[in-house]
Amino acid sequence: MCPWQERGAGRENSCNTCDFSSLGYACRNISTSSALQNRTHVSCDIKGDVAVVRFNTPNSKVNTLSKQLSAEFTDVMNEIWANEAVRSAVLISSKPGSFIAGADLNMLEACKTAQEVTQLSQDGQKMLEKIENSPKPVVAAISGSCLGGGLEVAIACHYRVATKDRKTVLGTPEVLLGLLPGAGGTQRLPKMVGLPAAFDMMLTGRNIRADRAKKMGLVDQLVEPLGPGLKTPEARTIEYLEEVAINFARGLANKTVSAKRSRGLMQRLTDYAMALPFVRQQVYKTVESKVQKQTKGLYPAPLKIIEVVKTGLDQGNDAGYLIEAQSFGQLAVTKESKALMGLYHGQVHCKKNKFGNPQKEVKTLAVLGAGLMGAGIAQVSVDKGIKTILKDTAQKGLDRGQQQVYKGLNSKVKKKSLTSFERDSILSNLMGQLDYKGFEKADMVIEAVFEDINVKHKVLKEVEAVIPAHCVFASNTSALPISQIAAASKRPEKVIGMHYFSPVDKMQLLEIITTDKTSQDTAASAVAVGLKQGKVVIVVKDGPGFYTTRCLGPMLSEVVRVLQEGIDPKKVDAISTAFGFPVGAATLIDEVGVDVATHVAEDLGKAFGQRFGGGSIDLFKLMVQKGFLGRKAGKGFYVYQEGVKNRSVNSGMDEILQKFRVPPLSHSCSDEDIQMRLVTRFVNEAAMCLQEGILSNPLEGDIGAVFGLGFPPCLGGECSELGLGLQSPFRFADSYGARQLVDKLRKYEAVYGSQFTPCQLLLDHANSPSKKFHQ
Amino acid sequence: MPHDLARAALQGLLTRTSVPRDVVDYIVYGTVIQEVKTSNVAREAALGAGFSDKTPAHTVTMACISSNQAMTTGVGMIAAGQCDVVVAGGVELMSDVPIRHSRKMRKTMLTLNRAKTLGQKLSLISKIRPDYFTPELPAVAEFSTSETMGHSADRLAAAFGVSRLEQDEYALRSHSLAKKAQDEGLLQDVVPFKVPGKDTVTKDNGIRPSSLEQMGKLKPAFVKPYGTVTAANSSFLTDGASAMLIMSEEKALAMGYKPKAYLRDFVYVSQDPKDQLLLGPTYATPKVLEKAGLTLGDIDVFEFHEAFAGQILANLKAMDSDWFAQNYMGRKSKVGAPPLDKFNTWGGSLSLGHPFGATGCRLVITAAHRLKKEGGQYGLVAACAAGGQVMVLCGSCS
Repeated sequence: MCPWQERGAGRENSCNTCDFSSLGYACRNISTSSALQNRTHVSCDIKGDVAVVRFNTPNSKVNTLSKQLSAEFTDVMNEIWANEAVRSAVLISSKPGSFIAGADLNMLEACKTAQEVTQLSQDGQKMLEKIENSPKPVVAAISGSCLGGGLEVAIACHYRVATKDRKTVLGTPEVLLGLLPGAGGTQRLPKMVGLPAAFDMMLTGRNIRADRAKKMGLVDQLVEPLGPGLKTPEARTIEYLEEVAINFARGLANKTVSAKRSRGLMQRLTDYAMALPFVRQQVYKTVESKVQKQTKGLYPAPLKIIEVVKTGLDQGNDAGYLIEAQSFGQLAVTKESKALMGLYHGQVHCKKNKFGNPQKEVKTLAVLGAGLMGAGIAQVSVDKGIKTILKDTAQKGLDRGQQQVYKGLNSKVKKKSLTSFERDSILSNLMGQLDYKGFEKADMVIEAVFEDINVKHKVLKEVEAVIPAHCVFASNTSALPISQIAAASKRPEKVIGMHYFSPVDKMQLLEIITTDKTSQDTAASAVAVGLKQGKVVIVVKDGPGFYTTRCLGPMLSEVVRVLQEGIDPKKVDAISTAFGFPVGAATLIDEVGVDVATHVAEDLGKAFGQRFGGGSIDLFKLMVQKGFLGRKAGKGFYVYQEGVKNRSVNSGMDEILQKFRVPPLSHSCSDEDIQMRLVTRFVNEAAMCLQEGILSNPLEGDIGAVFGLGFPPCLGGECSELGLGLQSPFRFADSYGARQLVDKLRKYEAVYGSQFTPCQLLLDHANSPSKKFHQ
Repeated sequence: MPHDLARAALQGLLTRTSVPRDVVDYIVYGTVIQEVKTSNVAREAALGAGFSDKTPAHTVTMACISSNQAMTTGVGMIAAGQCDVVVAGGVELMSDVPIRHSRKMRKTMLTLNRAKTLGQKLSLISKIRPDYFTPELPAVAEFSTSETMGHSADRLAAAFGVSRLEQDEYALRSHSLAKKAQDEGLLQDVVPFKVPGKDTVTKDNGIRPSSLEQMGKLKPAFVKPYGTVTAANSSFLTDGASAMLIMSEEKALAMGYKPKAYLRDFVYVSQDPKDQLLLGPTYATPKVLEKAGLTLGDIDVFEFHEAFAGQILANLKAMDSDWFAQNYMGRKSKVGAPPLDKFNTWGGSLSLGHPFGATGCRLVITAAHRLKKEGGQYGLVAACAAGGQVMVLCGSCS
């Protein structure tokens, strides 16, 4: 009886904020039936001697740990502990797709101070500690997303059973929001999966599939999803999961099942090594330096995570819990966390189709041009079940494109996220061809042919002769105005721009460009396809360079100017990554391709004149002449060699740079000045896009900048999203201050000229300090 | 080797029917795991059994319904006017399946054949690593999903809420009924086989009625540790061969034979190989009944292939569910479950064993014998197979 009373006391402290729980507390001795109380988020069934606790956030696809859910959960658990007929408990969700997807972000954002957040964290810690110490075994039955706070609930339980479903993922994504697992996760996870794996999970925030989780020891049993039976597969699978979990709960209570996991030799060896303080110190050091390198010290969360884990392991649980709660509170109020949360909301916003459902779903897609882009677009379409025609004009190009699609899918087979059979059946959606056969069935055509208006006009006319009336014609171009392309069309209302980013299967952004003539339904159709392809979609108005290319233009022009002033490309890269760009500015030009950059710079230069001035475009032209086209040619500002990681500066560039050398202007070439010259031009142009109505809101502007220009920090390898977030122009303008921004621009304007003239919108913001892009 | 078993079945057929060898126009055999030396096992066995070397023979494969396919191929040939007399059958030798070298080893060995000089040969041999010697065993797993059949059966049983006890009870029923049928001498379709160097096998040797307690002690064989399919409630793999004589009615009557049974109608269907791998009989039964103009009530004898007790019970539940019929079969109502007193009353694959390629003919002949013994008119045979395919056949007694 004694331990229970202590717990009761602890609970009272922790839940002084909600009336709901005190109601349940009063009832705990007289009732075990949830029906008597008005619970809306958590319910409880007693099945024999096992209590089944069900989470169900009303009117939502996922369950979140909101104040109300936590309160009701505490309440239900107290009843279970008080009920002598119950010997064990199962925690499960009523929603097949989500166990608990994490904490309620609105709840965190509503907190004004770090103390408030720390309090929330401590409430959670106490509750989960009670579950961990519960004399009645608690089994988590996991189906669907088990993330963040949800995972912390699961690992506080004594046993975990999960469905081996694609939808079932476990993880601690807090770091991606600039936070850390704040309900005991930093303390339990290392003990459960070992220090290296725990760091990996918490620092990358990656999702772990159920089968992998089983291997890591994160879950104890897997349940295969069931097919059709006497109920729908989803309904029966979760019922079956519950049955299996109940059996294990009963077994644990009867001691016929042991919660102790048999560990492999490797795991035991790792555990042994990690128990040695000396080895642990080494691990901390390695992880810390890795984080430093990746984040450039711009993100406080990963370092905090290391510190909190370290404290827990070296100084014991109490110290660990305390610093976890405190750090959680501190992190939640940082500007980095707020920026990442803003980004998260933006992402959610850009995963919705504001044009509604299109009249006709795109089932057959035709892609023109089997180059890097075309094949990439085909790849992200076929694996979503869209029949895709990939057309090229030459067999060689087509072969290369088809091979690219195959390779992309096959790499998933190697990573075991796809079976070879699934790969084959996905590939059956792809038809590679050289003619227009089958285009009469196409619902949408996306052209990814050479960036030349005449070529675009030619294919547009050819395609319009063979496609049905409802078919949408989308142009994948990074700079050619869509209205100019549409001028050759008989049906301009069906013409739209879909600007993908390379590599298409890795870059999340899709920039959709509508002209004055583009119909709503065409836009709806394009957005629907983009979302189906898994993209984050922003919709912008037509204009030279649209939004993303246009913002980049002035900045790259400034990069050239800086290089001309004799700054080493490596230094330019270092300065820009130190600011928060995931890829250095000089590297970015190499990645984009110098020829493409020249092309775009020329076009935009014509359209915008002086505002795109600064660097000399002739420098690019000379580079193209010399064949220094960037990464694709093996040489640009850098030399690229297969298998060589540390690339060196292209010495052939010295001569070119020498030729275009301009004297640096002494009073604005400190590192900070160089950084600000790049950034202010970038932000100024973004604001200009908003002012001109190219962008419909700052949120999409930020998303476009982060996901379109933020190259995945590590191509090919594991991609962490840690590098994202700080270079979102509008959030930066808010935090830096429009006034300060305008001051800088004016200063540079005086030195360099009108390319630095601040736009009206920025001036307006500077003049009224209460104005913010993000409220 | 498999053709030895097949030869014995063919010789048994010749002895029992005393059909003149040269009357047989064609021979079709079903088999699943092929012995590479006798890939057309039908031809090798026929030659060895003393059939005319002028009688063509071919081998078919369709997983567990391979000999059903052999039969219906014969039926088709007769219907098309190609032949009058066809021998159909199946064979499986599970006790000696071909085990291959690894792909790397095979590649090395094939290249070695082409190596000309001793130096080339030695350099190839020097590249062989220990992992080259890992053999490849054939698995009873779906190629498309990599799921073993037992695992799929366990999931199927769970999807239909079939309990462990129900499965054990059904398996016990199968063994008890088989034992009874064997004791009463009803299993007359057995041909004794002299195993070279060993004793003659005269009867099915897998029939082992046990007790529910003993069966309850077994651990799950596939979904560990909480599944319900065990060794005791699954069909076991065994060696076996079967053969039957199929003729057009006119030819049979002209030759003075009295038909044992008429093969009236058949259908093949297939479904999702992942979740409905073993659910075929449910889909196919109403189809064949409609085709033959019969209802479930007209059938006197049901002979279903028992891959797993859980699979049979899941099918019975599915056939008895309006919800399933409406949502998955596009039918207005259920076809109904066959009454158990007409269902596999002489045992089934659970107790008699399941030599993949041979089982189909055994099912049909058992149904014919049961019809004759019980004086029934219509029989229905159903068997599910890997790849989510299934065949049902409707026959009648003369």
